[in-house]
Amino acid sequence: MKELESTLAAGEIGASLGEAPAGRPAGDADRAGRVEVALYRLRQWLSSPRPYLMLLGFGLFFAFWYLTVEVWKLTRFAQMPGPTTVISEWLSPDPTYGLSIYSAEYYQHIWVSWRRVSIAFLLATVTGVPLGLFLGWSQRFKEYVFPVFELLRPIPPLAWVPLAIIMFQGSETPIVFLTFLASFYATTLNTMLGVESIDVSFVRAAYCLGARRRQVFWHVVVPGAMPFIFTGLQISVGVAWFSLVAGEMVSGQYGLGYLINTSYTMVQYPTMVIGMITLGVVGYATSAAVRIFGNYLMQWRARELAMGGEK
Amino acid sequence: MNRAPLPTYDRPIADVKAPVSPSAERHKGEIRIADVVKIYGSETAKIRAVDNCTFDVPAGKITVVVGPSGCGKTTLLNAIAGFHSITSGAIYLDDTLLCGPGRLSAEPGPDRIVVFQNGALFPWKTIIENVAFGPMMQGRLSKKQAFEKGRAMLAEAGLRDLESNYPGEISSGMRRRVEITRALMNDPKVLLLDEPYRALDSLTKSVMHEALLETFDRNQVTIFFITHDLEEAIFLGHRVVIMTTRPCRPKKILTVDIPHPRDYSVLTTKRFREYLDETVAAVHEEAIKAFAAGERER
Repeated sequence: MKELESTLAAGEIGASLGEAPAGRPAGDADRAGRVEVALYRLRQWLSSPRPYLMLLGFGLFFAFWYLTVEVWKLTRFAQMPGPTTVISEWLSPDPTYGLSIYSAEYYQHIWVSWRRVSIAFLLATVTGVPLGLFLGWSQRFKEYVFPVFELLRPIPPLAWVPLAIIMFQGSETPIVFLTFLASFYATTLNTMLGVESIDVSFVRAAYCLGARRRQVFWHVVVPGAMPFIFTGLQISVGVAWFSLVAGEMVSGQYGLGYLINTSYTMVQYPTMVIGMITLGVVGYATSAAVRIFGNYLMQWRARELAMGGEK
Repeated sequence: MNRAPLPTYDRPIADVKAPVSPSAERHKGEIRIADVVKIYGSETAKIRAVDNCTFDVPAGKITVVVGPSGCGKTTLLNAIAGFHSITSGAIYLDDTLLCGPGRLSAEPGPDRIVVFQNGALFPWKTIIENVAFGPMMQGRLSKKQAFEKGRAMLAEAGLRDLESNYPGEISSGMRRRVEITRALMNDPKVLLLDEPYRALDSLTKSVMHEALLETFDRNQVTIFFITHDLEEAIFLGHRVVIMTTRPCRPKKILTVDIPHPRDYSVLTTKRFREYLDETVAAVHEEAIKAFAAGERER
């Protein structure tokens, strides 16, 4: 019960809906408590103005879209499909342009894009995090590597497209490579900054307590950089979707970027907008998943912030 | 170069009430600082932070170092801890050379543990994981043994029921006490405290002082304590070393002849006020010099 109370006190921060309660992973006794916490949070959330403001925001956005396109019929928006057209097309079992939530092809596009982003994001994480850790940890390593890194970083993924097509076989690998690039920079840079942000007192304290260099790395550097690493990963997954669409517009058979581009050339504008909205939703979901996973791994941080961020 | 005369110890070091066996006293970490010089910076812009600094930190006693801020007290502590090198001179711990000729930087280790000004409990580890960190890293205890010992020591320090909290969840006063417990887990010879209570309010501070003295009475570990709070210095210390402003060297060494264990009633005694007056006069002079030097530098 004491456990529950402390988690409840900690409940304010991650109060957005659907996030895992910030309790420690514990035994069965705790599980009932967690459900209770989740319900408590839901009630808190519903009794705050936040969900209603959110609904109001969406309402205003759709109203603006509806008015400009379908009611006022402004010339600037003449070619643009209105919200009713898009939504009825999206939800229709028999869509005019052949794509809605009832067609298997729609899920094929989502799946292919999602798979590319996942592969690229994972590759960027397993290479970028260690590279960033070493860049932050070893001054000499940084002197070798960082200038090259900084020179390559400003080159936008689109500029890599021709080289990617020349270097890699087929259409799949170049797209994954392009998606990987932007992710990799974001992850590496944030991880490095994370290591550099660690208070030197923590490193000194560890040496004082008899830790060796390797132990300091695992017990101080890695966890100390964790908040920055996860900020980096959230940015990384976002930019992965950016550069994915760039890649898919250039080559490929499936994918949301490809869908948007082909609908455009084939003048299927409602389908194009469906693709865009889907990108938004899927992109948000992946980013939220990374954030939730981060909060799960860094309970110390969630709980510290819950105490008013005092340090 | 005008050298300051070496300090003379005109008064005997106060006797400690609690019985200490001679062997324990011998091995609980006496630090000798001999003619230490530390110069920062390049050939062109040298800053003499510590100059011809010589004094002893007797074993099993609390030695408090006071001086104007920025005078080089922390430089000295960092040299003892092994975070910085010295330029010349030598520092010994129980007759072993920590740093000196041929080896200007000491190796940090669990015989001299620092408690930092802003606290350095690892925020990503729970209290018990923090406390068990030292023995586990050194491979002296298994995780289970280290946790057991940690629980016992936390309980002894009156810090029960905190073990599964993270440092961010407990008060800053509690964090300092946990940090001292984390240090004592390693049976250090010396505790090096760098203004550990600076950020605390005065009420919390007084609680912390009594807790520290109680810990000291239990462990009889040598304590090297840096502060610029004079009341704190005299209340805690067996010996108070007043430093000159930059370059830093002892200006006056005071033996506080008030028996331990002390409690807060000491603060109102005539004797305490006398010690305070003596210290204030010495420190104030240095503070004015430091202020004037600071004005010139800008």
